[in-house]
Amino acid sequence: MAKVTIDGRSIEVPDGTTILQAARMIGPEVAPPTMCFYSKLKTSGGYCRTCLVEVTKGSEKDPRPMPKLVASCRTTVMDGMEVGNNSSPKVKEARKGVVEFLLLNHPLDCPICDQAGECHLQDLSYEHGSSKTRTDFERRTYNKIDIGEKIQLHMTRCILCYRCVKVANQITDGRVHGVMNRGDHSEISTYVEQAIDNDFSGNVIDVCPVGALTDKTFRFKSRVWFTKPMLANRSCDKCCGKVNLWYKGEEVLRVTGRKDQWGEVEEFICNTCRFDKKNTSDWTIEGPTPVDRHSVISANHYEVLTKPSVIHLNDIKPLPLKEGNKI
Amino acid sequence: MGKKLLLEHDHVPGIQGYDVYRKNGGYASVEKAIKTMSPEALVEEVKKSGLRGRGGAGFPTGMKWSFLAKPEGVPRYLVCNADESEPGTFKDRYLMSRIPHILVEGMIASSFALGVNKAFIYIRGEYYYIVNILEKAIEEAYANGWLGTNILGTGYNLDLYVQVGAGAYICGEETALLESLEGKRGNPRIKPPFPAIAGLYGCPTVVNNVETLASVVPVINMGGDAYAQIGIGKSTGTKLISASGHINKPGVYEIEMGITVEDFIYSDEYCGGILNGKKLKAVVAGGSSVPVLPADKILNLANGEKRLMSYESLSDGGFGGGTMLGSGGFIVMDETTSIVENLFTFARFYHHESCGQCSPCREGTAWMEKILHKIVDGHGTMADIDLLWEIQAKIEGNTICPLGDAAAWPVASAIRHFRSEFEEYVSNPSGVKKNKHYDSVHNNVNV
Ligand SMILES: Cc1cc2nc3c(=O)[nH]c(=O)nc-3n(C[C@H](O)[C@H](O)[C@H](O)COP(=O)(O)O)c2cc1C
Ligand code: SF4
Ligand code: SF4
Ligand code: FES
Repeated sequence: MAKVTIDGRSIEVPDGTTILQAARMIGPEVAPPTMCFYSKLKTSGGYCRTCLVEVTKGSEKDPRPMPKLVASCRTTVMDGMEVGNNSSPKVKEARKGVVEFLLLNHPLDCPICDQAGECHLQDLSYEHGSSKTRTDFERRTYNKIDIGEKIQLHMTRCILCYRCVKVANQITDGRVHGVMNRGDHSEISTYVEQAIDNDFSGNVIDVCPVGALTDKTFRFKSRVWFTKPMLANRSCDKCCGKVNLWYKGEEVLRVTGRKDQWGEVEEFICNTCRFDKKNTSDWTIEGPTPVDRHSVISANHYEVLTKPSVIHLNDIKPLPLKEGNKI
Repeated sequence: MGKKLLLEHDHVPGIQGYDVYRKNGGYASVEKAIKTMSPEALVEEVKKSGLRGRGGAGFPTGMKWSFLAKPEGVPRYLVCNADESEPGTFKDRYLMSRIPHILVEGMIASSFALGVNKAFIYIRGEYYYIVNILEKAIEEAYANGWLGTNILGTGYNLDLYVQVGAGAYICGEETALLESLEGKRGNPRIKPPFPAIAGLYGCPTVVNNVETLASVVPVINMGGDAYAQIGIGKSTGTKLISASGHINKPGVYEIEMGITVEDFIYSDEYCGGILNGKKLKAVVAGGSSVPVLPADKILNLANGEKRLMSYESLSDGGFGGGTMLGSGGFIVMDETTSIVENLFTFARFYHHESCGQCSPCREGTAWMEKILHKIVDGHGTMADIDLLWEIQAKIEGNTICPLGDAAAWPVASAIRHFRSEFEEYVSNPSGVKKNKHYDSVHNNVNV
């Protein structure tokens, strides 16, 4: 076991735990933001640099501070380690820089992006970024690419977090999806735009923190805050069959995996559940998905907490966004 | 004449071939190592020699070797880094193309010291013509019993392969090199684990520069202690310097570490002074990644003493007032050089070569290039200079591999030492270009 102190709060964690995991165990107040780490994907993390923290004391044995900020998602704790996250001015400064870099080429057209409302980059820039942009250069743009029939890739929005690449590597076989080119010309792509023809390819949509990979069966049907997520399950021979159904009225607009407190799916789901089961009758409904009160999705408070088969969802009008609600 | 250990026989006709090389004392170190020494004793000898990595970082080679993990039943690998892509650096090319056997010899002795049975030379794609030279040398070494099975009848086996890269600077970073060698996209790995624990195919691996491995030959031949007598302080032995720019005699020179920078630039034995009798303006002493220094600072230390060609002396003054020996790519600029335009060239390079994994380097290198382009095009503003400064500061130290730092340092040092020139450039771009009058402050320094 190792004792680690983050922003003045201590916890004992098993050896081998990363600083990020320890921080998440303490609580969201001290957890660094993450854009590329994904607990369900091996070797994820290390790329985006938003989770940088300052190690002010290396360990009990070797108390020297670490010379550089470290990626908390890829650095394991040592006994006696002391870490500054939100309490460290250096971290705040560096993080502001990272947000600026991530937004440098990101189109700021959230009003026409499908991810708005559940975009991690929006959250990140709101919390850690600056309200001004210091670039007047033309942003990088790409044409949209179809990855098979159901998935669309819009590289223009991609932040190269490599999560979808890890999905392709780890949970689909015969990988054809990856990164081409270098530097800021890097491009997520499939080999000659080949479809990723695999039962689990749809998960790239769930792991994408921005609106670069989207569900074509859902694209532009609704803003997410006009939809209501319901926990549902079915017995599936390919995956866990545990999903969120996103309703607008009585209609299931899309199906996604269930996400945890950190916005990461609990278990990956198959393409049949995701793309082909869009009737309430396909599913056993468990009830409304608990939604963090900070999320815009909670703008549409549930007035009745019963199964949709009993109530008329059309009667429930979404409430307007309140001031202070995060977008 | 300074002491020559690597290029001693450079001018012997036919030294590229095995017979002449052997007649001039070639492969003696392998004989000595395999027949008379234990691997442990060899590592000890390299430690004693004080030999430091010649690839850029200057890490003590003996120490690196002693970190190599040796789990039972797991192969170990030695990889020679011949990716040499740092602008201004062309010493490995010179050595490999002229005396290829010294690298093969050094790699055999090093492999034996490390208990390695398979070794690789990873060479940049643009050096295709050297590949043929190396393969011929390797063939000759096999034919004469220096490679293969049961070398010198001792039961030691070693195979040596050449692998050609596709021409990416980032594949010179050791973990990107290993990825590329494994046939993957050349992205640097996130460390730890370091290659000494999990390198090529997850096995313990040592990655060394061409010149480092070649230097193992004189270390073994003369003994670690004698090698350590050459040079100065912790900069032992000789170093190949590739000198380019506004000098009378550009080329590759083997120097004994500890000669003065002034001597190196002005003496006839080396660079032979500045071209056309012009004044020295600035030097990038160790490849494009290291901080640029103005004439007064590269020639003299803050305390007035002369700066020497050594790891310690070149970095004296830290990042504010010093630079680094780096890879030995010594770029000399005279008074007609525009630091701003030179920086733009470097920035373009780093933008082009960033692998794009981490956001500060991917986006920052492109952004810096765009701003410098704008300045060189005559549309820059004073605010752009401050912005450049801030961008480099946000990249440095915040990335996966040192390419981010390598892109940041030239920008930081150029602005630190030549800010007035940037200001002149943005306030009077057409005048600056017309008169080639880049910088009133530094061009008036009398050296
Ligand atoms: C971006 C980058 C490029 C590099 N390119 C080279 C190279 O071309 N040749 C080289 O020997 N080392 C290069 N290095 C340094 C290697 O990572 C590594 O430190 C070196 O090969 C170790 O060998 P040494 O200890 O013998 O110097 C590079 C490092 C970075 C970060
Ligand atoms: S497409 Fe999405 S998941 Fe894939 S690298 Fe880009 S941002 Fe990450
Ligand atoms: S610093 Fe640059 S080159 Fe190195 S891993 Fe990051 S993006 Fe790639
Ligand atoms: S979440 Fe740690 S670097 Fe991206």
